[in-house]
Amino acid sequence: MFLINCPFCGEREQSEFKAGGEAHIVRPKQPTELSDDEWAEYLFMRKNIKGIQFERWNHVHGCRKWFNIVRDTSNDEIKVVYKMGTKPPIK
Amino acid sequence: MTKNLRVKTSKFIDETYRISFKFNGKIYYGFKGDTLASALLANNIHLVGRSFKYHRPRGIMTAGSEEPNAIVQLHNKTARTEPNVRATEVEIYEGLEASSQNCWPSVNFDIGGINNFLSPFLPAGFYYKTFMWPASFWEKYEYFIRKSAGLGKSPTKSDPDIYEHKYIHCDVLVIGSGISGIMAAKTAAKNGLKTLLVEEKPNLGGSTIYQKSEIFKINNQFSGSWLENEINELKKLKNLEIKIRTTVAAFHGYNFLLARQNLTDHLPIEHRKGKIRHRLLKIRAKKVVSATGSIERPLIFDNNDRPGILLSSAIKRYVDLFGVACGEKNIFLTNNDTAYETAISLIQKGINVEAIIDNRENIDSKLLYDLEKNNVKIYKGFTVVGTEGYKKINKILVMQLSKDGQRVVGSKIKLSCDCLGVSGGWTPAVHLFTQSGGKLKFRDDDQIFIPSNYPSEQICIGSCNGDFTLNDIFINVPKSLKKFLKIKKTEYENFEILSEINKSKRNIWLLPSDKILGKTKSFVDYQNDATSKDIKLALREGFRSIEHVKRYTTTGMGTDQGKLGNMHALGIISETAGTKMGELGTTTFRPPYTPLTFGTIVGRNVGEYFDTFRKTPIHEWHISNNAKFENVGQWKRPWYYPKNNEDMYQAVQRESKAARDSAGILDASTLGKIDIQGTDASEFLNRVYTNAWSKLAVNRCRYGLMLNEDGMVYDDGVTTRLAENHYIMTTTTGGAANVMGKLEDYLQTEWPELDVYLTSVTDHYSTISVCGPNSKKIVSKIFADLDFSDEKFPHMSFKNTKIGQINCRIMRISFTGEHSYEINVQANYGKSIWEKCMEVGKDFNITPYGTETMHLLRAEKGFIIVGQDTDGSMTPIDLQMDWIVSKKKYDFIGKRSLYRSDTIREDRKQLVGLLTDNPEEVLEEGAQIIANVKKTPIEMLGHVTSSYYSPNLKKSIALGVVKGGKKMMGQKLIVPMENKLINVTISDPVFLDKENKKLNA
Repeated sequence: MFLINCPFCGEREQSEFKAGGEAHIVRPKQPTELSDDEWAEYLFMRKNIKGIQFERWNHVHGCRKWFNIVRDTSNDEIKVVYKMGTKPPIK
Repeated sequence: MTKNLRVKTSKFIDETYRISFKFNGKIYYGFKGDTLASALLANNIHLVGRSFKYHRPRGIMTAGSEEPNAIVQLHNKTARTEPNVRATEVEIYEGLEASSQNCWPSVNFDIGGINNFLSPFLPAGFYYKTFMWPASFWEKYEYFIRKSAGLGKSPTKSDPDIYEHKYIHCDVLVIGSGISGIMAAKTAAKNGLKTLLVEEKPNLGGSTIYQKSEIFKINNQFSGSWLENEINELKKLKNLEIKIRTTVAAFHGYNFLLARQNLTDHLPIEHRKGKIRHRLLKIRAKKVVSATGSIERPLIFDNNDRPGILLSSAIKRYVDLFGVACGEKNIFLTNNDTAYETAISLIQKGINVEAIIDNRENIDSKLLYDLEKNNVKIYKGFTVVGTEGYKKINKILVMQLSKDGQRVVGSKIKLSCDCLGVSGGWTPAVHLFTQSGGKLKFRDDDQIFIPSNYPSEQICIGSCNGDFTLNDIFINVPKSLKKFLKIKKTEYENFEILSEINKSKRNIWLLPSDKILGKTKSFVDYQNDATSKDIKLALREGFRSIEHVKRYTTTGMGTDQGKLGNMHALGIISETAGTKMGELGTTTFRPPYTPLTFGTIVGRNVGEYFDTFRKTPIHEWHISNNAKFENVGQWKRPWYYPKNNEDMYQAVQRESKAARDSAGILDASTLGKIDIQGTDASEFLNRVYTNAWSKLAVNRCRYGLMLNEDGMVYDDGVTTRLAENHYIMTTTTGGAANVMGKLEDYLQTEWPELDVYLTSVTDHYSTISVCGPNSKKIVSKIFADLDFSDEKFPHMSFKNTKIGQINCRIMRISFTGEHSYEINVQANYGKSIWEKCMEVGKDFNITPYGTETMHLLRAEKGFIIVGQDTDGSMTPIDLQMDWIVSKKKYDFIGKRSLYRSDTIREDRKQLVGLLTDNPEEVLEEGAQIIANVKKTPIEMLGHVTSSYYSPNLKKSIALGVVKGGKKMMGQKLIVPMENKLINVTISDPVFLDKENKKLNA
C-alpha cells in the first residue's frame, strides 16, 4: 500500500486517496468543433505504460484536493507529487 | 503400543506441568511447552491424517509452519472448531481436543484408502479429463466430487471469539528471531531505532537456541548458550518491542506488512473468555530486516511419504527442544551435512542411530568421523529406493548411486528402522521478500534461490539470504546491518567462530530408482498427492510454464502452499525440459504466508459493525411506527409502514392511494444536498447541467439532469436559487458523494478560474416531503403566517420562513406528481417538525410512506429514477427527455457526446411505458422484452426497468427500455416468463396527469 505525500497534508496512507486516471488530459475548450474521432481521443484514449506514468489523485478522505503524481508503474515508486495546474517537474 | 519416547529433560519443557489432551477421542498426556506434534510423538503416534487424493496414511513430517501432512481439526463440532490446523504449531493446553481429517470412518481404517490402489487410474488432470463430457452431466458429477473434496470441516456456529486490528509504526521491523534476527534487532535497538521483533513461534532463538554441541561455538561458548545471553540482554532494551506467536502474513509495497498475533490459542478454552484471540497488525516500517530462515528440503524417492519419515532438522528440534525421540531405530538419508548434526544430537541423548545413507561419495567432514567413532554405519554414494510399512515405516531399501547419479547400481540392501530422517539441503524462506516485489537469483553451488535486488528499504539476512553456517552469518550479517542501518560498527565483529559443518552437497532433484517411474510413488507435494510422475506427465502433455504445471498437477496448491516440495517440482521440470533453474523462475508467492482465520481479517467489523450505516434524524420515529427499512447506499430508509399485518404489497397500495387521495408524508432527508456559492455559481450550473440556469429567478427551483462526458445520464435533482450567488442542489441519495466528487474535480482541475465554492450539507438538513391534494392545508396550519396561495407560492418556487425560532426552507416541488412541499430544517429539529406534520395532518389522514410507494407514485407520473431506469448507457434522448437538453448552450458536460455516431443511432434502447394486455398482470422488473418467439435466436429488444400495480389507475404499469422504442408507440410486444408469455403494448411513459393539473392545483 502506497504512502502518498499529499502536497497539502503531507504523507498519508493510500486508503485515504482515490486514483483519478491519467493526468494532463485537458478538456477541449470547444468540444462542438471536434470531429467524432477527436472527441473520442479525449474521451476514451488513455495510456497504460510500464514505466513512468503521470496520474491524477484525489485526497478524498482528507483535504479533498486533486493533485498529480509521477509513478513508475513497474515498481510503484512515486517519483514526484505536484499541484494541479503546475507543469510536471520531470519528463 | 503406547511407548514413552520422552528421552531427556529439556529446559524448554516444563515436566512439572502435565497436560491432558484428546486426540481422536483418546486421552494422552504431554507437558507445558509441547506442541500437539511433539506430544503425539512422545506417545509414539506418527499417523495423524490421510492425504487428500489417495487417502494414504500420513504422519508428522516437520516441526513448523511448513507442515504438509499433520493437519488436524480442533474441537470438532463446537463453535470454536478450526480445520486444517498444523499439529506442529498447536501448543497443547488442558482440554485440547484434536482429530484427524480427510478420513472415514477413522484415520486407522479409511475407506478412501481405496484411491491409493486406484492411483494408476487417477493421474494428474484426471478430473479435467474425465468429467469433461457430456457437458450436461457436470451437475451430476459435481455433487460427488464436491463431497469427496476438501480437508477439514468449517464451523457452522458463530464464532464466540473477539478479534482486532492494530496499526504499528516503527523504524525497523525484524522478522524472525533466529540468530541473525536477534543480532539485527539488538543492533537496531541499541542504535536508538524504534524496533519491532516478530517471531512466529512461542520462543525466541530459532534453531540455534537448542544448539549445545562441540561443533558450533561462538567465542568458545556453545552457540545456544551465547544466543541465550544475547536474548536476555535484548529483552532489557527499551526501544525494542518483541511479539511472539506473531506470523507475518503479507509484505506489501512501501514496507506495509500484515502480521497475525496469536494471543489465546495456547490457553485452555475457559481462560479465553473476554480476551482477544487474534490481532491483525498493520505494520508500516521505515526499514525491514527479513531473517525468516530457511526450510529443509525433503528428498524425492519411492514411497517417501510414510509416517515416520521426517525432515532431519525436525527430528533434531524434537529431541533438542522438546526432549522427544521420533524413533528408536533411526536412519538418515541425506545429501549434505545437516543429517549428521541431527545424528550427533540423538547420540548425545543416547538414542540409537543405525545408519546414514549419504548421496555424496567423497565426504570430508568432522561430523562424519565423529559418527563413525560411534559405530554409525555410513553408506557413501548410496540412496534409498523404497520404503515399507503401511501405517509407519519399518524398512528401507538402499542401493548404490551410479557415478552420474542418474541410476542405481548393485544389489538392494534392506535395513529395518522406525524413523527415517531426510535432508535434501535447505531452501531460503524468501516468500515475504518476493511478495514485496523482490526478484530472486539462482545460486548454482547449492541450487537455491536467493534475494537479488530489494524493491524497498529492506534486507534479507542469515539463511533466508543463503548464509547457512555460523561462519557466513558472522561475516555477512554485521556487514549488511552496518550498510543498511548506516552505522559504523556492530558488536559482532572479530568473533571467534567454530563451525565444523562441511558445505558440500550432492543435489539430485528426483532420486533414481530400480523401478520405472510409472511404478513409483515419489511424492513432491504431500498434501495434494502430486508425484514426480504427475509432473513429468504434465510436461509430456505439453505444459511448459511452471505456473501451468503447478495448476495442472496441483503441486504447491495445498494449505501449506508447497513450502517443502515446490523446489523439487522446479528441479524436475528443469531437468526434464532441459531449462536452467534460473531461467525457469519460480511460481508466484502470494499472501498469506500461512493461512489466516476469517476473524483476523474482519477484526471488529462484525455484526452491526460489518458496515457503517446512516440514519436520518427521524429514524427513531420510523422504528416506533413499525417501518420496514431498505438499504440505499449506506442509508437506512423507510421502505413501507405495514399496518395490521399487511404485507408489502398491501401496505404500498394503501400508502399510494392515501397520498393521491388526501396526503402523504416522506422522509427525504437522505437526498444529497450541496450548497453552491460564488459569483460564478450560475455559470457553473450551466456547465454541469444539460439545461439553462442563468435565467432562473431567485427563490425559484429547477429540475436538472447531469451527464457524464460520455453523454450518459449520471444524476438528477432539483436545484433552488436561494440568492443571486447562492444555490442549493439536491442529488439522488446514492449519488450524493459521487456528484460532489465530480463537481469538485471539474472545479479544481478544469475550471479553476470559476469563483464557486461547494459544501456538502446532506447531513445538516432534515427534509420532509408532504404531498397530496390536502398538503397545502396541512402546511398552512403549521406555517400560519406564510401565504401559500398559488400566486404567491407557485409550483417550483421557494420560501424562507420560521417556525418559532427555527429557520425553515420550504420548496414547492414534487416527485410524485401531486401538489407537494418539501420542508428543510436544521437536522436536529427534523423529528419534531415531522411529528408536528403528523399531528396537524391527522384530520387529513396524513399517511407516512416509504421508498416503495415513492417509486410507485413517480412511476405513475413517468419520472425516472437514475440507477433504476438508467444504467450508465442512457442519454437524455434515450429517456425521451429531449426537452431538458438546451440547444442554445454552447457547452455542458457531455454535450458533444450526444451527437456521436453511436449516440444518434435510432435503434438505441429507449425508455417507454409498458401496459399489459391483462391489467391485473404485473411484470417482473428485469424481465426481457421480445417481439417474436419463433425467430431463433430470439432477439432481445430490451427489459423492464420499473413495474407496479397502480391503485390509482387500477391497472398494472411498467417502464422499460426497448430498442427503437420511441417509434413503437402502440406496438405489441412479448415479455417471456419461465412458464408463460405476457403480451404488452408500448405506451407513453407518463401514465397519470400528463397535463400536470395536480401539480399546479
